[in-house]
Amino acid sequence: MASYKPVAVLPFPRLGEKVTQDTLYWKGYKTPVQIKEFGAVNKIHFSPVPPHNYAVTASSRIHIYGRYSQEPIKTFSRFKDAAYCATYRDDGKLLVAGSEEGSVRLFDISGRAALRQFDGHTKAAHVVDFLSDKYRIFSGADDYTSKLWDIPSSSEIVSYSEHTDYVRCGCTSKLNADLFVTGSYDHTVKLFDARTEKSALTIEHGHPVESVLLFPSGGLLVSAGGRYVKVWDILKGGHLLVSLKNHHKTVTCLCLSSSGQRLLSGSLDRHVKIYSTTSYKVVHSFDYAASILSLALAPEDETIIVGMTNGVLNVRHRKHEENKERIPKKRHPAYRTFVKGRNYMPKQEDFFVSKPVRNHLKKYDKLLKSFQVSKALDAVLEVPIRVYTPEITVAVMQELSRRGTLKNALAGRDEKQLGILLTFLTRHVVEPRFAPVLINVAEMIIDIYLSVAGQSAVVDKQFMRLQEVVEKEIDYQGELLETLGMMDALFATMTSKKVTSLENKSNGISKVVEQVASS
Amino acid sequence: MVAQEQLRVVRCGGSKLNGSRAAFSADAKYLLCATGDFVKVYSTTTEECIHILQGHTNLVTGIQLNPQNHLQLYSCSLDGTIKLWDFTDGILIKTFVVGYKIFAFYCLAGSDDSGFVIIPKNNEEASDSFQLALVRLTKAPGQEVETKELSLILDDIDYSPKCTAFGREGEYVASVRGLHLRVYFFKKKKTHSFPLSARTVKGANNYFTCVACHPKEDCIASGHKDGKIRLWRNFTHKKEYTFSAMHWHHSAVMDLAFTVEGTNLLSGGFESVLVQWRDVSESKKEFLPRLGSTIEHISVSPDGTLCCTSHTENKITIIQSNLRVSAVIQGLVKGSSVKTGLVVDPRTKALVLNGKPGHLQFFCLQSDKQLYSLDIVQQEYINQAGLSQTDLVKAAFSAQGNWLATVEQRQEKESDLELQMKLWVYDEQMQSFKLSTRVNMPHEDHVTALCFRDTDGVEDGIPTLVTAAKDGRFKVWVTVDESDTDKQSVGWICDFVGSYHNYQADNCCFSEDGSLLAVSFEEIVTVWDSETWDLKCTFCHPPGKTWSLCFGRLSCSKYLLGTTDHGFLCCWNLLNCALEWSTQLGVIVLQPDPLSENIAAVSCISEGSDLFVFRPNEPRPLCIQKNVCRGKVQCAVFIPRNVPETVGSEKYQWLSRSQLYFLTETQELMTFSTKSPEMRLTPSSKQLASEESLPMTPFYVLLGKHREQQQLKMDADLGKPVVHSHSTQSSPAVKELLHTPAHVLPSATFLCSIFINSLLISKENKSNGEVANEVEMESEKAEDESDEDIDHTAMEEDPKLTEFWGEMTPKLSKSQEKELRKIRKTDFSWISAL
Repeated sequence: MASYKPVAVLPFPRLGEKVTQDTLYWKGYKTPVQIKEFGAVNKIHFSPVPPHNYAVTASSRIHIYGRYSQEPIKTFSRFKDAAYCATYRDDGKLLVAGSEEGSVRLFDISGRAALRQFDGHTKAAHVVDFLSDKYRIFSGADDYTSKLWDIPSSSEIVSYSEHTDYVRCGCTSKLNADLFVTGSYDHTVKLFDARTEKSALTIEHGHPVESVLLFPSGGLLVSAGGRYVKVWDILKGGHLLVSLKNHHKTVTCLCLSSSGQRLLSGSLDRHVKIYSTTSYKVVHSFDYAASILSLALAPEDETIIVGMTNGVLNVRHRKHEENKERIPKKRHPAYRTFVKGRNYMPKQEDFFVSKPVRNHLKKYDKLLKSFQVSKALDAVLEVPIRVYTPEITVAVMQELSRRGTLKNALAGRDEKQLGILLTFLTRHVVEPRFAPVLINVAEMIIDIYLSVAGQSAVVDKQFMRLQEVVEKEIDYQGELLETLGMMDALFATMTSKKVTSLENKSNGISKVVEQVASS
Repeated sequence: MVAQEQLRVVRCGGSKLNGSRAAFSADAKYLLCATGDFVKVYSTTTEECIHILQGHTNLVTGIQLNPQNHLQLYSCSLDGTIKLWDFTDGILIKTFVVGYKIFAFYCLAGSDDSGFVIIPKNNEEASDSFQLALVRLTKAPGQEVETKELSLILDDIDYSPKCTAFGREGEYVASVRGLHLRVYFFKKKKTHSFPLSARTVKGANNYFTCVACHPKEDCIASGHKDGKIRLWRNFTHKKEYTFSAMHWHHSAVMDLAFTVEGTNLLSGGFESVLVQWRDVSESKKEFLPRLGSTIEHISVSPDGTLCCTSHTENKITIIQSNLRVSAVIQGLVKGSSVKTGLVVDPRTKALVLNGKPGHLQFFCLQSDKQLYSLDIVQQEYINQAGLSQTDLVKAAFSAQGNWLATVEQRQEKESDLELQMKLWVYDEQMQSFKLSTRVNMPHEDHVTALCFRDTDGVEDGIPTLVTAAKDGRFKVWVTVDESDTDKQSVGWICDFVGSYHNYQADNCCFSEDGSLLAVSFEEIVTVWDSETWDLKCTFCHPPGKTWSLCFGRLSCSKYLLGTTDHGFLCCWNLLNCALEWSTQLGVIVLQPDPLSENIAAVSCISEGSDLFVFRPNEPRPLCIQKNVCRGKVQCAVFIPRNVPETVGSEKYQWLSRSQLYFLTETQELMTFSTKSPEMRLTPSSKQLASEESLPMTPFYVLLGKHREQQQLKMDADLGKPVVHSHSTQSSPAVKELLHTPAHVLPSATFLCSIFINSLLISKENKSNGEVANEVEMESEKAEDESDEDIDHTAMEEDPKLTEFWGEMTPKLSKSQEKELRKIRKTDFSWISAL
């Protein structure tokens, strides 16, 4: 004897993003904290040492924020004009920043005034960074040059002027203390070795370069400029690995996740995209309110901070698992009796009597099993099912029509019940996934209750609304068809005609005719 | 021998189990049921077929246990004989030749030398008038007894055995036909007739369908077309009879049965619900619902523990008295039409076709048994006339059997068509197919064909499926990785939609290497590149739409064949895109052999169907078989054989690697065989069955192989010629040991010595090592003993023993057993003497 088969509720594919490990990971942030800065945020940098404070460069100030603080714990504001690119040294004790007037200043985190000031650039120094030996600083400026400075002696070591446009970005290698990369608006990325006078490598990005990034291994270089993010293999002499075009405005900043598995890019199109560094596919993306200029991730991806053109700093902290644990789950007292004896391991001498597994049927299934069709329909027209899972209601209706008893189930309803049914219809009849079934139901209802039309004002009104909805949908579909027709016409003019198939066809026919004639 | 070899059409597998009421043996251990020309004996516990009783030459219409000897069985057949069988051993005891077509046979406990038969009047079936007659079952000696003494009891009765029933201790017989119930009393020799009116006020349909008599009381239960059951009492009086009606069934009551004591009444019908009326009263009824399909027959075991229902879907369900299903004997389900056609599962080589509603059945032809039934539709099946059910219309397997695609449809009105395509993946763990993807409305109209691309030879071949439909499109579906965070999954998406001038797509077919796809659109055949989905070329054969399409295989892979509805069979050459040849044969079925170039075409021009087997590159067909069956062949399929058969004749070489099965208009599964009927039947006949059933266990296969290997190794080691020996087969003692039921044998310790001696004596020319090797499977003790004995036994032969082995007959009778014991004693003394 086959057991009763419950009504199959067709699962409809959910639209939108698929839930992947990445979406779960990147969605695990709390709602963002917004901090208003004085101007566009051009750089955010996390201190490499705990407690991982971060320096935010905006307008003429550098603010240092604590991890969860909304107010700056320290401010460096002795800039005449805009400050740029405040960057921590590896030990987190020193901070270097460029400025609009061209000077590069070095600050002690605990102090207030600059420890050193390196003057030499004639125009704004937009990029500064420490080399990994901690005693040298490199800077790039709008005077097309990039310079190396010695911290102890506060003197210029070397100056490179190979770029032919503003130098706006750069980074240093973490592995080799002599290597650094600069990106310029002359569409090139250059790799310099401090020991030589000339650039070691030049890479043509093709657009003004806004940001460059070296992978921790030092072998791969990422450059961003225009709408493109390009990944280069330096060890192969600047071979282009992949070119990503996922933004529709200029990409302004790049960042690697702490594991190095994901690459983040922020753009003026207000999106942050996250790529896998193995497949270079976008695995997740964030939306922001304004164009993004800077982006930073805290170690362990604890915090993601985005600085925007409107001066807003958007800080997201990761949710922690223990938060979930704190909410005690209420367990029904019946649960224990329910699982009683489930985990019992039978002993060797025990005689095992297997109990048939009882599958619990839903209420509507129980009613359908006993052929109580009207009650089954009532059961699925109750609020939770009707409102939250209309697909169950429709599935039961379809099952009833399959059994040929839909009419019986729909008939004999009073004003209130009919009202519910009609409201449900008006709401869902135009949904493409339900339409085939619900149109059928609507027709049946009209057939059944036509004779009593006009007796209840409420029901009549609902019938009118249903009619309205259906008419509106018909108009809409008509419009859509018109559009489709127009598009077809456009496509038809675009594609050239293929002659080959026609030729072959006529050929085949003639051959066949010949054959027939000969036989 | 070659000259004798002849191709003949043989019926194979899937005989009807539900033709008549099944019968239980007295202890309810066996279930006997008539299938086709045979009677099959099934075990009620294991569902295995134990014996096939064959001897009738026409359909067996009824079976009944011999009331005098419960180990014997009467069977009656349309060939005009009643046969008495010993069903436990499967031996025919006696044949009574009646000479009339017998439609039913009844035998009563009281009269041991007579039975009752239902025969057509004047021995013409066409007369539509049947009689119940008494037949003398003479005790005359001899295998075949002629019984021509028939005495008429009731005239003008229904031929169905369900419409006649014998009452308490054979005092009366009740028979129903139309609107009349007639009761004949044997003692009074009087007939009472109770008519019912055709229509009552309420519009009930009073026609009788079946009748059953209470075993202890004077009570007759009758079933009616409108689902009523009437209980007749006090019918000994012509006028003062009473009846009460019970009504639960909503359509005709198909069969009724009283339990042995008469306490309960069982009824069943179209609803496929077995109803048990407790105490034969309306208020107390119990149900066993969802038995699958219409209940046609109900029978009850003599000991009252079991009952069984026979269903239209060729199934017998064995039910315990507490209304719990204990076993199901399932034959080949034959529906009204096989919409999926015949498909072969590449994995099991089973025949796959529509099973019970919404199911796909996997039927093993070798064992004539349903392997399993896959629920495709997964909906509650409502047995109700006039409902449009969801039908399974198409099924296709991928070349390796990893994927199964099915299409189901339901059409209530012209406008609304429900279509669903399901893709099933084979799950190694479950050893079954698991639903992978469900596609709602894959096409806007009926799907006409679907086929998988063969991705064997192709590297990283993505499984590809093509569906063609009446909406003028063909769609290409490919797998995509839909692995989620928590589970690996593969889904199918539509990759390409092709159409040709909005003609209906009728057929689709991939070439052997999967590089080309042929799709036929009404009269035009298009060939597409399966890499880029470009239209490569089109073929057109003016007269008629294309019916079927297939590519040639192996050396003929450059040919594309198609048949049209005007009966043309066309063969196009794909290299020069021209018609190679065409012929008007009226081909209705075109089926390529997957293992060779051969293609089978079945044509139907006049009455019967003709079979042509040909190769596309040869002008002459390999084989022509005229008139393979009456009417049109529905579908055909080549099933690869597990072991290539040796076919002597060159003409029938095409049968050696795969076998052609086809389904006739009457839903009968037929095949071709070159063997003579005797040869074909021998493996299933009883004597061989018992002998062969023993060695063919997996255990034997394992052991046999192992032993063979060991022996070979041993021989190689000793460096002497291989002595071919089959000790176990040749020695009668061992044979006896293995064939005698264990409970008859004396204890193993007694038999041990005999067994060892038998080995030694029969193998005196063999070396010790070999003997030891053979004994290995016996107990340790035996081995030790044999090691001691070996040196002496060769010369010390007991004359008595050899004598005994010589006269050993296959059967171990009581006297022989005694002798065995006697010898055992001497045996012991003989051993101690050593």
